[in-house]
Amino acid sequence: MGWNRKVLRVNLTEGTCKEEPLNMQWADEYLGSRGLATKYLVSEIDPKVDPLSPDNKMIMSTGPLTGTMASTGGRYTVVTKGPLTGAIACSNSGGFFGAEMKFAGWDMIIFEGRSPKPVYLYVENDKAELKDASDLWGKSCWETEESIKHRHQDPLIRVSSIGLAGENQVLFACIVNDLHRAAGRSGVGAVMGSKNLKAVALRGTKGMSGIKDMKAFMKITAEKKKVLADNAVTGQGLPKYGTQVLMNVINEMGALPTRNHQNVQFEEAGKISAEAMHEKRPTDGKTHLVTNAACFGCTIACGRISEIDKGHFTVVNKPEYWGASGGLEYEAAWALGAANGVGDLEALQYANLLCNEQGMDPISFGATIGAVMELYEKGVLTKEQIGIAAPFGSAEALATLSELTARGEGFGKEIGQGSKRLCTKYGYPELSMTVKGQEFPAYDARGIQGMGLTYATSNRGACHLRSYTVASEVLGIPVKTDPLVTEGKPELVKAFQDATAVFDAAGICVFTSFAWTVADVQPQIEAACEGDWSMEKLNAMGERIWNMERLFNNAAGLTRKDDDLPPRLKTEAAQTGPAKGLVSGIDKMLPEYYTLRGWTQEGVPTPETLERLGL
Amino acid sequence: MWKSLHIDPKKCTGCLQCEMACSVEHTGVINPSKSRIKVFSFETEGRKVPYTCTQCTEAWCLNACPVDAIRIDAATGAKQVFDDVCVGCKVCTIACPFGTVNYNQDTGKVQKCDLCGGDPACATACPTGAITYVDADWTGLDRMRAWAAKANTAVSD
Repeated sequence: MGWNRKVLRVNLTEGTCKEEPLNMQWADEYLGSRGLATKYLVSEIDPKVDPLSPDNKMIMSTGPLTGTMASTGGRYTVVTKGPLTGAIACSNSGGFFGAEMKFAGWDMIIFEGRSPKPVYLYVENDKAELKDASDLWGKSCWETEESIKHRHQDPLIRVSSIGLAGENQVLFACIVNDLHRAAGRSGVGAVMGSKNLKAVALRGTKGMSGIKDMKAFMKITAEKKKVLADNAVTGQGLPKYGTQVLMNVINEMGALPTRNHQNVQFEEAGKISAEAMHEKRPTDGKTHLVTNAACFGCTIACGRISEIDKGHFTVVNKPEYWGASGGLEYEAAWALGAANGVGDLEALQYANLLCNEQGMDPISFGATIGAVMELYEKGVLTKEQIGIAAPFGSAEALATLSELTARGEGFGKEIGQGSKRLCTKYGYPELSMTVKGQEFPAYDARGIQGMGLTYATSNRGACHLRSYTVASEVLGIPVKTDPLVTEGKPELVKAFQDATAVFDAAGICVFTSFAWTVADVQPQIEAACEGDWSMEKLNAMGERIWNMERLFNNAAGLTRKDDDLPPRLKTEAAQTGPAKGLVSGIDKMLPEYYTLRGWTQEGVPTPETLERLGL
Repeated sequence: MWKSLHIDPKKCTGCLQCEMACSVEHTGVINPSKSRIKVFSFETEGRKVPYTCTQCTEAWCLNACPVDAIRIDAATGAKQVFDDVCVGCKVCTIACPFGTVNYNQDTGKVQKCDLCGGDPACATACPTGAITYVDADWTGLDRMRAWAAKANTAVSD
């Protein structure tokens, strides 16, 4: 049946851990992970709740394909109300933590309240208890994972934790599992920190026994793995170059936001690209990249494991950073690099390591640095205020500000509030490259028009993973569309949004969608799960999940004006590249998108739409 | 002709498909904790290494077993644990120098790789060719071929 049918409810205020049955009617309507956890959240909290108050809840959830042999079946999702956005927050992570939750016999863990003192949750199969984490508070994610394994004398425990950023309630703090995978965006780590919950440690030896038809499941998952292996993107590009394969491609398209979106091409993109990671360094003769790596069950293996140059100024005398570790992935390389005009690969990896170590989202962090650098160059912020000269391109500033932000020291405290609050405070809200308060990822809305609508309408604030139209507009998957035009994009964005919700709810990685459509996922769900899982049902479910998230945001007080891009993207045309002279056509696309969604022109789902979707 | 599991750690990505396949084959449940092959991750070196029984000829486990529960499968050469004979004394787990025989709390018996009767599920599941099942006499064939390729240049005299 795919599910364990068991939910663990942890009341941090009371210090209790209780088992309850999974609501199977909801599982039938929302499948799992992103869909099912969001259904629980919106049913249990007031949308107007302060995200960092004890009344907010945080849910860690798996999907029915998590912990199975379906390729990439290792994902888990953290759902809560996000402190960066005030919207629904839903952050997805790979690694091995999600599968371990299934093997311990649980589908999801709901955290409520706030612990009076730092604690961590320890789960060993059916047994779940809160343990004192006073001695872990103040430690990094890496130290926390090691300490917990050591304490329980069990190296096979899987850990998700927050570092200093989550403790200090940095608004883009993430939750890190398995050293370098993260539920990255929207500040879910700050929510965890606000609850005095340092870590969740899992050990599961029960396994996944509930697959509906194991023989059919093994057969269909093997077939679908072959589809991934035979595909140029998932079978060759991603394993060899990782997501970083995009750096040069997107730069050439004129869609690589540079220096806080002032430019759309970065002259040093080649120096921070996948190709550069494969080249031998002149300093030590080694390549930056050590190997690729897979998350649980993943037959793509896009993950990057790299070794920093030991002689680089950022890590001289810091041997703790000399070993192989995660990164760089494309989004991080862009945010820490192009967004700030920094072309020093080793400095980017150092900042990336700090993000992993202390639990910060490198996208929002890097993009906020971009805003700081623009304010510095405008003379709004001074060297004295920031603590270091911070012109665009300064690797030294990037490294120093990474340290300050992670530790919550000096000007790092202000950076930890994200670019929207920071730019507003200094009188330039329009310089914050955000939607709903969340920083853009690595695609410029002028050079890839569909991504503008993607960002504007994403339920969790600016994000590429809600409808990755780059697949169509750049790679031609499933069909090639022109990235420079707005025609057809509302339809494309809606289709991607609904389909992505299905992949997320199933518990698999959205990267499979370079090779798979929902039609490839459907038979895998059907073999694993009881009930009817037709294409019609799954498509309707994707749309239902999207509308459910939207209803929550509307009830939280978000409106049409929150579905907008910063003025820079609408008025300052791209100066170079194929998109030269173009601005984002968001104002043209949004009304059509609302109509296609069955929403009013204020962005509110009509009663007919809600009825059609069973909401 | 016997075959051997041949492991090339360089190709391993650490996805654990092998561990899942092994557990499904032997227990019917997807459960890496009951796998007879284990992937070790050496984080600071960026290395992943799958490890399992090599089916030693003079098998320590087989020789140590006081009740003759470990026997050679003549068809595959696998040293196989017979559950109905095994008393769970764990002497074999002490005798094995490589740690590849392990106690299973659920069954009260020991378990080790049995080559799945000649069609190892781990090798089938491995997406990168890090685990293959090859002629037992020629486990070095790939490496020899690689060196041979380097030697394949005309020598002028």
